[in-house]
Amino acid sequence: MSLPFIIIAVVTLFAAAAAMSLRNLVHCALSLVVALAGLAAIYLNLGAQFVGFAQILVYVGAVAILIVFAVLLTRSDAPPNQAVVAPGWASGIVVAAVVFATLGWAVLHSAEGPRETPPVPEATVKNIGDALMTNYVLPLEVIGLLLTAALIGAVIIAMKEESPSSNRSRDDEASQPTKSGPPHVGSYETGKGGVS
Amino acid sequence: MTPLQGCLLVSALLFAIGLAGAVTRRNAILALVGIELMLNAANLNFIAFWRFGPHPEALSGLMIVIFSIAIAAAEAAVGLALIIAIYRHYQTANLDEINNLKG
Repeated sequence: MSLPFIIIAVVTLFAAAAAMSLRNLVHCALSLVVALAGLAAIYLNLGAQFVGFAQILVYVGAVAILIVFAVLLTRSDAPPNQAVVAPGWASGIVVAAVVFATLGWAVLHSAEGPRETPPVPEATVKNIGDALMTNYVLPLEVIGLLLTAALIGAVIIAMKEESPSSNRSRDDEASQPTKSGPPHVGSYETGKGGVS
Repeated sequence: MTPLQGCLLVSALLFAIGLAGAVTRRNAILALVGIELMLNAANLNFIAFWRFGPHPEALSGLMIVIFSIAIAAAEAAVGLALIIAIYRHYQTANLDEINNLKG
């Protein structure tokens, strides 16, 4: 374990803990950006350049912006001193701690690999592109289809819903001009009559 | 501690943090953020096993992570759209107050 890896890992983990524990939602989103950027730095440190930059582009660029938009769109007028955690939060923390203890025990007690770091494998963009276009071309197409479906689905879900209440309000809006129409026309007529 | 174990421990801690946040926070957006953190922990595992595994030239771990990032982006878009739709209906993003099936 090299020193840069330890530093990046500590920053990432602290940012992740802050993103999950801060009160202000915007601060949580900004901490999440730091955590995701730290993960991208870990990927770069491990020699996966393409994945690291894809992580920055997709997560730091797109997902974080989406989350900030959602935070701003769902800002409620609830009193700010409300509790931020659910009532049974202690059991959730305990479950997470048990999960971490189990994973850590399994990691530390499994058969150890080579202690020296192997040389950085050859993973240039050219190799990745060749693999994507030959061995992994079917998953690539499926991912393209999935992204298209998710895009259309997200737009449809977030569109204004056609519920009965919205239909009623639209009918009200539609009937509003017809009700207010004749007086308007009448006033226009009287105005015109006044001019003439 | 080998480098692989260091990566796996960081990933396990990240997963635990994400799980704790997804379970305990009341805001729906932060639950989604916790799920994103757990997905990223899994990605870190794939990268670590690709880097320190016996056959890094096969690029399998990298490919899985690339596809996983794409799926996570789709999941975030659909999840946030659902949260916005729910907020429009209930006027809240608090998971404890969204307790009607037929609102």
